[in-house]
Amino acid sequence: MNDAFDIRGGETHIEVHKFRAGAIIIATLLSLVIQTWTPVHISKAALLDLPLLVTIYFGLSRRNPSTGLLLGMAIGLTQDSLSGPTVPLGLYGIAKTVIGYLASSIGARLDTEHPAARFALTALFFVVHQGLIVLTRRILLAQPEPWFNMHLAVAALVNAIVAVFLFLLLDRLRKRS
Amino acid sequence: MVAIPSRHKSLVLLAGIILLQVLLLAVQIKRDSQGRLIRVWTVGAVSPFERAGSSGFGWIRGIWRHYFALQNTTKENEQLRRDNDVLKLQIAQLQGKAEEADRLAALLNFRQSHADVPMIGARVIGTSPGTASLTIELDRGERDGIRRNMGVITPDGVIGKVIEAFPNTSQVLLLTDKESGVGAMLADSRIQSPAGGLGEPLLSMKYVPNDDTVNLGDRVITSGMDRIFPRDLPVGTIAEIKPGNPFKQIRIKPAANLERLEEVLVLLSLHPLEMKNEQSPAGAQPAAPNPSPAARR
Repeated sequence: MNDAFDIRGGETHIEVHKFRAGAIIIATLLSLVIQTWTPVHISKAALLDLPLLVTIYFGLSRRNPSTGLLLGMAIGLTQDSLSGPTVPLGLYGIAKTVIGYLASSIGARLDTEHPAARFALTALFFVVHQGLIVLTRRILLAQPEPWFNMHLAVAALVNAIVAVFLFLLLDRLRKRS
Repeated sequence: MVAIPSRHKSLVLLAGIILLQVLLLAVQIKRDSQGRLIRVWTVGAVSPFERAGSSGFGWIRGIWRHYFALQNTTKENEQLRRDNDVLKLQIAQLQGKAEEADRLAALLNFRQSHADVPMIGARVIGTSPGTASLTIELDRGERDGIRRNMGVITPDGVIGKVIEAFPNTSQVLLLTDKESGVGAMLADSRIQSPAGGLGEPLLSMKYVPNDDTVNLGDRVITSGMDRIFPRDLPVGTIAEIKPGNPFKQIRIKPAANLERLEEVLVLLSLHPLEMKNEQSPAGAQPAAPNPSPAARR
């Protein structure tokens, strides 16, 4: 799996993208670091979920459900670890595992290179991600959480807008086919 | 053995990994929340990047302020002169409030007025990477004498308590987190009730009976009953009051700005209340666990 190749189904073909060595690890670490220290200086930055955006991007690009869900799990568990002992390990882990799997599965069937598609998918994945966290909290942790509020809608919109530009930046890490 | 079709392999992997994490959650729910090695490793690995990121941000901000921002210096100078005139008038008005300021200064100079409570200054270098918890990360840890359950304050008021102490860093649960709380009372009426977080900017005061009189703007201070914070530290002011059954539904606006924290003070004592009230004149020692030389700065 060193070079790009095409999945051909019928008349459409979707390219599987490969990345420069270490690109995924560095991008993931950077997203976590920026996520932790940016809100110290800019409180509104807490709306962003950069680790989720990175999970979605590499899921959509790699188009391999197994690697997508494993990457989601790794990012989610790291985020859990950094969130302090009040957040049990696995809360973000489960949500991001599912998102990594869904993004990879959808990426293997649809062309997700267009900014509009990326915007819509990110907003959708953000809402699903929050839904999974609420579901986990309600069922496993017995913690009441609202399913929906305006803050979630605004956060989904902001993350989707940021994703469009962030994904263009991350596209530069791809190996040329 | 039944072979799994290749198209279902990733689905099986997904189910397996989610099951593992659910089991992981279940194990944690049963146990008392202790510091786990994975947290120590992860925080240890990431905190240097956070420090670097924080320094890098400051460097970039410095360049921006000291070079690029100078392009508008002339306009700014004119504006500043006008502002200066306005401020001179305000100073005259403020002198009339000097007496009130003196009283506030006693609170602001908390460190001097509570010299018997050992404390250490720390810089905020990070926050929780998600909305599931409201925590901040400090650049000081166990090596500086910080331990779990120590109180964290600013001159403005209570911030939260230490929930995890690593060798060089520590995590603080903010007062606004759902699992946070502080022993509190109303400053004027002395009505006591714990105040806790809701995961929102405002705090909640749950156990004030409907019969008691509470007014908007009343000051809320620490009661010292939680054995974490000394008495009379500002917690906040009453921002909302609704009748409830059997207790009023009271919301408190925190005294400290929890969304913009850069420097905080950690109380290096696990029992400041006891220490303050029970200290004997004959050389009683503070209860701080091995305070380091830094603690005496």
